[in-house]
Amino acid sequence: MSDRQRRYYRGVSMKPDDLLKELAWALAIVLALGVVLAAAFSSPDEPSLTAQRVAKVEPAILAGTALRALAGQSAIAQYGPPYNNQPGASQSIGGFSPEAWAGVQIPINAAKVFVLRPLQSAAALSPNLKGALTTYEAAPRSQQQAWTGAALKALGKARYDASGVVLPKGHYGPLPTMLDGYFRLARSGLLEAAVGQNGSVYQTDLTSQMLLLQGQAMGAAATPLHMLGAQWGMMREPDNYPGAVWLWLYTALYQIPPYSTSASADLLVGLTIGLLSLLLMLVPFIPGLRDIPRGVGLHRLIWRKARRE
Amino acid sequence: MNWTKKVQQTLQRELPYEDLLPSELPRYVHSYVYYFGVATLASFVLLVVSGIILAAFGPQWWHVSGVGHFFNSLHFWTVQMFFFAMVLHLWSQFFMAAWRDGRQWTWVVGVLLFLISVPTALTGFLSQQNFDSQWIAVQGKDAMNALGVGGFFNLLNFGQMYGFHIVILPLVLAILIGLHILLVRWHGVVRPIDDPPPKVVRRS
Repeated sequence: MSDRQRRYYRGVSMKPDDLLKELAWALAIVLALGVVLAAAFSSPDEPSLTAQRVAKVEPAILAGTALRALAGQSAIAQYGPPYNNQPGASQSIGGFSPEAWAGVQIPINAAKVFVLRPLQSAAALSPNLKGALTTYEAAPRSQQQAWTGAALKALGKARYDASGVVLPKGHYGPLPTMLDGYFRLARSGLLEAAVGQNGSVYQTDLTSQMLLLQGQAMGAAATPLHMLGAQWGMMREPDNYPGAVWLWLYTALYQIPPYSTSASADLLVGLTIGLLSLLLMLVPFIPGLRDIPRGVGLHRLIWRKARRE
Repeated sequence: MNWTKKVQQTLQRELPYEDLLPSELPRYVHSYVYYFGVATLASFVLLVVSGIILAAFGPQWWHVSGVGHFFNSLHFWTVQMFFFAMVLHLWSQFFMAAWRDGRQWTWVVGVLLFLISVPTALTGFLSQQNFDSQWIAVQGKDAMNALGVGGFFNLLNFGQMYGFHIVILPLVLAILIGLHILLVRWHGVVRPIDDPPPKVVRRS
């Protein structure tokens, strides 16, 4: 034993112990418990949400997603950093805005990435679609906005059938043909691939594909699984499996004011959790905090057998 | 100077085998709370082993194979046990004020372990390749972006998240666990709050 430990343990009686045997027992127990839990309860595996499924189950959402992206009104088009420079979109607390300072690092042009580029890929197989795209792209921005605006207004009265969306009569320019092509692409299961195309066989960055269905489409799929933010979704798994329960405090903050009512909730929650984590880490150095255990007295319960002996 | 000999002498003086792997412990080490740490360590070992099996067959294996699904379930439930044991360990050490008598860095490394375990688990959820990962990625990105780190730590970049989950973060955890255990063994087990160590009287 080192002199340091000999000095520290002065006056303490020692007893035999076997740390390696304890570790072996712990391993055996954890393995047995893990095997039993895995065999008895399995684990959740809800299939990923695809544009193919959205086109079939929630066609109105897919049509709205495409039209809003074209109109520059989609959530991503108005997101701000790191995807674009939308003014005033960054979360900020009294001028403290790391989001704005970090700037655009993953530039995404929603109209181009989510709609126009996929349609251009599909247009190679459809002269009609190619013509519609040429018309749309040759039109002035104001004309494009008039078409998308009219189509977005008409969405509520649209009819959805096996071929996709059928808009009521109106002035939509080439949009009905483009929407028809978009639905065909989605139903074929190729839309995500067309959105995520990067000119290479290899793909590991799925940012564009994942952002395509974020918002309404994924929200609609998450609601019956009770996984929305307001349903404490951050710490939940599908089918009532235990999720990230260690995030209970992080999730709880989102449910209460001022976090639940703030436009910069994510920043506010992140800073609060960061501060609390720092406090927890530095407890030994903070008078008052480091004295809590002495005041609470739970240590007497923990060491009661030792005290008795 | 012989570096090897110097390290050998320092280790013999500062951390002899009797301290590193003692066969005797103070009699006050007599409570179930002392098992929470070893349960956390055992869960971590099982997480690494089940994780290696899952990684060896690739991230899509468990969706198409019953055996793969079983190992995913084992990994899933072991994560729950890991956090359960770690949180109990953390709070029991808190109420024992285990940072006393020069053990503050053991506490700091322990809290750091908990904090790094959170993104390790998060990247695991993101690596599942199902609706859960998809949903967590699009929801979680807002927090990362708001904090200004979303451009680098991009939850939607599967390759990056998978790399973090199976290599970078477990490696950091393993190194910190090693350091944590080394500090625990170097200092020895903290004495009960009501039984402080005798004061050392320095003679001039």
